[in-house]
Amino acid sequence: MDTILEMRGITKTFPGVTALENVSLAVRRGEIHAICGENGAGKSTLMQVLSGVHSAGSYDGEIVFDGQPVQFHGIRDSEAVGVVIIHQELALVPYLSVAENIFLGNERRGRGGLIDWNRTNAEATELLASVGLDENPVTPVAQLGVGKQQLVEIAKALSKEVRLLILDEPTAALNDTDSAHLLDLLRRLRDQGITCILISHKLNEVTAIADAITVLRDGRTVETLRTDDGVGDGDGVGDGDGDSGTMQERIIRGMVGRDLESFYPDRESDPGDEVLRIEDWTVWHPTQDRKVVDGVSLTVRAGEVVGIAGLMGAGRTELAMSVFGRSYGRDISGRLFVRGREVRPRSVAEAIDNGIAYATEDRKRYGLNLIEDVRRNISAAALRKLASRGWVDGNEEIRVAEESRNHLGIRTTSVMTAVGKLSGGNQQKVVLAKWLFADPDVLILDEPTRGIDVGAKYEIYTIINRLVAAGKAVLVISSELPELLGVCDRVYTLAAGRITGEVPIAEATQENLMALMTRDREGVA
Amino acid sequence: MTSTQRPPAEDRAEAQSAQAAALHTGTSNLRTLVTRNVRQSGIYVAFVVIVALFAILTDGVLLSPGNITNIVLQYSYILVLAIGMVIVIIAGHIDLSVGSVVALTGAVSAVIVIQQGYAWWIGIVVALLVGVAVGAWQGFWVAYVGIPAFIVTLAGMLLFRGLTLQVLDNISLSPFPAEYQRVANGFLNGLLGGQGYDAFTLFIGAFAVAGYAISGFRTRVARIRYRQPVESFPLFVARVLAVGAVVMAFAWQLAHARGLPIVLIILGLLVITYAVVTRQTVFGRQVYAIGGNLSAALLSGVRVRTVNFWIFVNMGFLSAVAGVIYSSRSNGAQPAAGTMFELDAIAAAFIGGAAVTGGVGTVVGAMVGGLIMAVMSNGMQLMGVDQSVQSVVKGLVLMLAVAFDIWNKRRGGAVR
Repeated sequence: MDTILEMRGITKTFPGVTALENVSLAVRRGEIHAICGENGAGKSTLMQVLSGVHSAGSYDGEIVFDGQPVQFHGIRDSEAVGVVIIHQELALVPYLSVAENIFLGNERRGRGGLIDWNRTNAEATELLASVGLDENPVTPVAQLGVGKQQLVEIAKALSKEVRLLILDEPTAALNDTDSAHLLDLLRRLRDQGITCILISHKLNEVTAIADAITVLRDGRTVETLRTDDGVGDGDGVGDGDGDSGTMQERIIRGMVGRDLESFYPDRESDPGDEVLRIEDWTVWHPTQDRKVVDGVSLTVRAGEVVGIAGLMGAGRTELAMSVFGRSYGRDISGRLFVRGREVRPRSVAEAIDNGIAYATEDRKRYGLNLIEDVRRNISAAALRKLASRGWVDGNEEIRVAEESRNHLGIRTTSVMTAVGKLSGGNQQKVVLAKWLFADPDVLILDEPTRGIDVGAKYEIYTIINRLVAAGKAVLVISSELPELLGVCDRVYTLAAGRITGEVPIAEATQENLMALMTRDREGVA
Repeated sequence: MTSTQRPPAEDRAEAQSAQAAALHTGTSNLRTLVTRNVRQSGIYVAFVVIVALFAILTDGVLLSPGNITNIVLQYSYILVLAIGMVIVIIAGHIDLSVGSVVALTGAVSAVIVIQQGYAWWIGIVVALLVGVAVGAWQGFWVAYVGIPAFIVTLAGMLLFRGLTLQVLDNISLSPFPAEYQRVANGFLNGLLGGQGYDAFTLFIGAFAVAGYAISGFRTRVARIRYRQPVESFPLFVARVLAVGAVVMAFAWQLAHARGLPIVLIILGLLVITYAVVTRQTVFGRQVYAIGGNLSAALLSGVRVRTVNFWIFVNMGFLSAVAGVIYSSRSNGAQPAAGTMFELDAIAAAFIGGAAVTGGVGTVVGAMVGGLIMAVMSNGMQLMGVDQSVQSVVKGLVLMLAVAFDIWNKRRGGAVR
């Protein structure tokens, strides 16, 4: 069969990190080729290299498209030859019409360079029909649901005479009907000769639709599986439904099959009384009509580290933030108990007063005031503890900051240094210091070691251990399964907003967690 | 649970480096002190240069006793507005309505005192209450409804100008009784005698310098006790002496003119109060937190809406203070009073080092920024420079000040 795209030996490094190492990918003409991997495995980086976001020269290796070596220096270059990428975060302008969005940057012009609206709308109608969307092209995009917006994105790609369509997590935000509709459309496009690269976490979807699956792990290609060459030859797997199950197992093995590279400090586990209980917690998306968290119940005990495992879009952060004083979502329902007492925090301040703390996954955007110094970032969540009648004791504040610095090993020349000048690991320690000073009962840590080096990770784990030793309850959200296995006593898995499993650490393996995380709903593999 | 002990040598090395960092309480030299605060020190250097420039250009008239008194009387209300404005700007907002609020509060006061014949202080109290009410109105829309302050205060600018015209019935009111006029034009003079100069003014100047030195010394002692880096002792003494010399020279000149302006006392008390409020109160610190990173402030439990509300109430109050001072100085209320004051106050805050993106700025900086504008206007007036040229120069200075801020931020690229 003839190959439309070949990426050979792609290596891409960012300062201090190798995102892709000698990755190869071969996509045949007219197939749906899925790319699977954990968060951070390099899927998005690979697609950014392919689409020219990382311009030629900034990486090693070569790309051959349709028999020709190509060098893309931006989205425009890749689109010129028919490579179009649709990102997970839809790139539509909400107040422009469907037709305007479809031809944005590619306007249909008439006489004198003016936009020919008749032609624009007529062509838009045709494109909409080809993706099975029956909408008036002058409708503002904001009036459409996410599923239809996704179709508009595809119509937009078709308008560019697409030959290779890349979809990044296209169904992450869609409900079941919309997802099924989208997958049908992809099959139709394939039949029309459009090649498709599909990035997805939903393995049942992948096995149902893809002709080939490439698994990436830690920036390397693990293997490419083809549904038509009898996967798992050695296992003697036949056709039929059982096949896809085994296929999924094989993909999961490929996605997680790495050694535990990081080290985790020892800890005596001795859970005490229940500190946090969440019952039937449901959260709706703030603007879209779907549940992001659906009927979640969980408990965390004193001296216990509980993990939440879930892939991107599973609703982990949304769950944590909605618990933390309703800082995410709408129509939140469910009950919340701290140390056996029901609490109803309606603001972050009330959540903190009730002993809940949440350290965000994005410390730069949501966790720290980067232009402010270490001292004031540490005191930010519990400034009142340093104040009497509204007056802050600046000297006491410095003492607290110095104490935190020694206690957590924050490496900075002075507590008066702006936090923005610190390394990622030390910034994360400042975030922890802030919440430790607030002295909560429950500490929710969202991706506590994202983007920090191994040494700093070890220190963060040590801090977590000290916290639980002091009787705190810690809830850790992480994309890194080895990390959860290394620090937790128990792990819940979350998929599509629902808890799909609760696994004591003794029974947990990366494989069984990943299988639970990629389930669409409980009971369905 | 999979776990492995980390090599102990690494731990030890880290512990040592942490300890070394903790014990670092040395004194920083002039160089680091200056470079650490380019944004802040730059403004003082600029101020000194501008004063020196205009002193030379005006053959010393700028620094003459009479003219210094004049600058104080003429620009005090802008400085009062700049105090409130810098707080608004630190929180990441803007207030375009202060000029209209100055006019409205002055007008209310004039109607009560001049037209209705109530006592002068009743006019002041009611004016201040009106200012607070105006602030609460704008704070409500900004904080609780979530309309950008730019829009709310642009509407306020029109709204309160219109109300001023209503209150005054489109005419000017004048004159105020003598007591009212003393707010902006009065002096404390001769309380301690003196031959050809006012000893009381010198006493207050010396008192202020002593207060500055003592509080500076106490801060220094406390910081040393808490093992924080401080400037070397000679540098500290030099700084106190320099500030003392400037203040005493200033007091000396005032003493040789008409004595201590009452409005300067009001301004001084406001500056000290707000400098402390912004630096040392929970409220002040939350203002910086909101401006520095709104999301982080929200997720740290700062009651952002409440803080934003009070920021605008405070701005309304200070606009009323400025309104009283301005009406007192102009001895009446005019429908067009306070026009463009907001722009002077905003300019003062930005020249004084406030960041366009919020989170940065100081009350003292805004005062220096305001004084730079004042000295430039006054100096150019003394030189007889045309009004049009004055406007061009002031515009360029504002532009350069903000350009400097942005350049400064880009240079310190690690932050943001």
